[in-house]
Amino acid sequence: MSSESTQIADLVKRKYQHGFVTDIEQDTVPPGLDEGVIRLISAKKGEPAFLTQWRLKAFEHWQTMEEPTWAHVRYTPIDYQAISYYSAPTSNPNAPKSLDEVDPKLLETYDKLGIPLHERARLAGVAVDAVFDSVSVATTFREKLAEAGVIFCSFSDAVRSHPELVEQYLGTVVPTRDNFFAALNSAVFTDGSFVYIPKGVRCPMELSTYFRINAAKTGQFERTLIVADEGSHVSYLEGCTAPMRDENQLHAAVVELVALDDAEIKYSTVQNWYPGDENGVGGIYNFVTKRGDCRGRNSKISWTQVETGSAITWKYPSCVLRGDGSVGEFYSVAVANNYQQADTGTKMIHIGRNTRSTIISKGISAGHGQNSYRGLVRFLPTAKNARNYTQCDSLLIGDECGAHTFPYIESREPSGRVEHEATTSKISDDQLFYCRQRGLSEEDAVNLIVNGFCRSVFRNLPMEFAVEAQNLLSVSLEGAVG
Amino acid sequence: MSMLDIRNLYVSVDGNEILEGLDLTVRPGEIHAIMGPNGSGKSTLAQVLAGRDNYSVTRGEIVFQGRNLLDMAPEERAAAGLFLAFQYPIEIPGVNNTYLLKAALNAQRRARGEPEVDAFDFMRLIRETMKTMQMPEEFLQRSVNEGFSGGEKKRNEVLQMLVLKPSLAVLDETDSGLDVDALKVVAAGVNSLRDPQRSMILVTHYERLLELIVPDFVHVLAGGRIVKSGDKSLARELDARGYDWVLKEARAV
Repeated sequence: MSSESTQIADLVKRKYQHGFVTDIEQDTVPPGLDEGVIRLISAKKGEPAFLTQWRLKAFEHWQTMEEPTWAHVRYTPIDYQAISYYSAPTSNPNAPKSLDEVDPKLLETYDKLGIPLHERARLAGVAVDAVFDSVSVATTFREKLAEAGVIFCSFSDAVRSHPELVEQYLGTVVPTRDNFFAALNSAVFTDGSFVYIPKGVRCPMELSTYFRINAAKTGQFERTLIVADEGSHVSYLEGCTAPMRDENQLHAAVVELVALDDAEIKYSTVQNWYPGDENGVGGIYNFVTKRGDCRGRNSKISWTQVETGSAITWKYPSCVLRGDGSVGEFYSVAVANNYQQADTGTKMIHIGRNTRSTIISKGISAGHGQNSYRGLVRFLPTAKNARNYTQCDSLLIGDECGAHTFPYIESREPSGRVEHEATTSKISDDQLFYCRQRGLSEEDAVNLIVNGFCRSVFRNLPMEFAVEAQNLLSVSLEGAVG
Repeated sequence: MSMLDIRNLYVSVDGNEILEGLDLTVRPGEIHAIMGPNGSGKSTLAQVLAGRDNYSVTRGEIVFQGRNLLDMAPEERAAAGLFLAFQYPIEIPGVNNTYLLKAALNAQRRARGEPEVDAFDFMRLIRETMKTMQMPEEFLQRSVNEGFSGGEKKRNEVLQMLVLKPSLAVLDETDSGLDVDALKVVAAGVNSLRDPQRSMILVTHYERLLELIVPDFVHVLAGGRIVKSGDKSLARELDARGYDWVLKEARAV
C-alpha cells in the first residue's frame, strides 16, 4: 500500500453531526405488519373509508410482490415483521398545532438540527413542515400561504381538510402496485407533506419539509403529494436526518408531483440520513420512489438532489413528460463514502410532442463507497421531436471505491434526439499537490475540487440551500482524502 | 540569514537516485538559474523544494529562512513564501481560476496570522495584475487551466505568483513553449517582482530566458549535483558550446 492510500485509509472518517436522540415520550405500535396494523394506523389518523380501503388493497398486493434485487447494492434482508410501523410523540395528538403549542423538546430538536422553527417563522422566507417519525409536528407560515390560496400542510391534515384533492390525485403518479417499496408505503404511510398551488399562483415563498427519524426500530414511511395547478409555480425542498444507531432503519417514502398546463415544480432534496459508521455498521436504508407527472402542456418538473447520507440509497426521481412541450430535469450529486452504497438516477419518459429532458448526474465515491448511476430515457412513438441531454460524471477519491453507470436509452421515435456524455475521473495527486502548493490545506483542496465537480448541480439549488449543500458535502467527505 | 540552504541533498524516486549530493545557497534578492541536460534532476529539485511526496530525501537537509523545509507540509511552505511555477500546470475542471487564487491567498494569509483580503480588494488586485500579464478579462471566469493553451497556462502561473508575492519563487521551465512575445510578457512579470528581499530559482534549458531575466548566478546541474557555477556569461557559453565540455571538466575533477 502506498503512503498515499494509507493516508486515505487513515483519513476516511466522517463525522455525522445529527446523530443525537430526542428523549420524548412516544406512542409506538408493536413491531409487525398485518391488516390489523394498517387498520390501526388508519384509525389513529381518523381517515375516511376510501383511504383505509386503498391501504388494504396496496397491502394485499404487496404481499404478492418480491423485493427487487436488480440494484447494485448489497444488504442483509429486511425483516418486515421486526419493524414498528407507527411512532408518534404522545404530546402530539394527531393534528399539527400552532408553534406555541408544540412540545418544547421537539422545538429544541429542530433547533439542534439547525432548523429553528420559531426563527424560520419570523425571519426566513421559508415555510417548514416538520415531520418527526410518523407524524408532522408543526407547519409554519400556513396562514400567510393560505392568503395566496396555497395549501401547505401535513398529509394527515390534508386527508381531513381536503379529502377531495387527496382522493383525486393520490396514487395517480405512483400507483400502489408500482413497485415493492411503493406498495409497502401505500399500505403503511403515516405522514408527509401536502401542497396544492392554485391556478396562476406563484407560491410566495420556498416550501420545505424536514424529516426526522427519532424512534428506534421503526420505519419511516412518508408520502408527499404536490399538485401545481395550471400556470402555477412552486419551489420545494426536503431535508432529512436521523440518530446514529447500530441497527439499520428503513425509510421507504413516496413522492408524487403533478404539474398541470404551464405549471412548474422545482423539487430539491438535501438527504443526510445517518450513513452508518466508518465500518458500515448502522445507517438508514433509503428506498424511495419519487416521480413527477408533467400532465399539462408546457409544464416543467425539475428534481435537484444532494444525496450525502444513508447506508443504502435506492432512488430514481423521474419525470413522465405527458404534456406536449413539457420539460423534465434531474440534477444530482450523490456521495458514497465509507461503506455507503448508492444506486440512484432517474427516468425520463417522453410521451408528448416536443418534450425535453436534461439529466446531470455527479457521483462521488470515496472510502469503500459504491456509487451507481442508473437512468432510463424512453421516447414513446408519440414523442415527436423529443430531446434528451444526459451528462453523467463520476469522481473517485482513493482507490478502494467504485463508480458504476447503467444508462438505458429506448427511442421508438425517429425524430427524437438523445445525447449522452459520461466521464469518470479521480481527484489526482497532481490536482491536490497543485492546490496545496498554492497554500490550501488538503481538506480545503478536496472540497474545492469536489465543489468544482458539482458546480453545475449546485447552481440549480435555491440560493439558501446551495451553501448548505456545499457545507454538507464537505462534512460528508471530511477526511475522505489523502 | 540565507533564504535557502541546500546541503548534500540526496533524492530518489522509485529507488532511483536523482540528486546525489546537491549543495546550493541562495541569499535574499538573488536570482539563480539552474541549467543542465535533460534528466539531470532540475525538475526533481523544484518538486522537492515544493514538497511533492513521491520524492524521497535520503540524505542532506534544506533550510528555508531558518526553518527545516523538509518538516513542512506543502501548504506550510507556501504560506512561508515558497512558490513553484509548475512546468505542467494542472487543470481543475469547474473550479474558477479567480476563486482558487483568492482561496489560496487567503489561506496563506490566515496561516501567517494576517487578515483576509476582501472580495473587493482582491478583484482590484487581480485586475491590475492581469493587465501586467496581458491577460483578457475572460480569464477571471474560466476554470483553472482548463482548455488553456500552453502559453496561457504559463502566464497564469506567473499571474498567481504576482498575486501571492512569494519570498522564494521557483520557476520550472516557465519559458518552455512560449513564443517570443509571450516570453517577454512573462519575463516582465517576473522582473516586476525583483526585490532585495525576494529570491528566485529559474530552472531552464534556454539561455534566451536569461537574457530577459538576468540571473546573479548560473549553475549547471548534471548527474544529480551542481558541477559548475558562474555568472550570466556561463549561460551564454553553454548556449554556444553545449554541455559536453562542462561534463568532461566535471569528470576530470
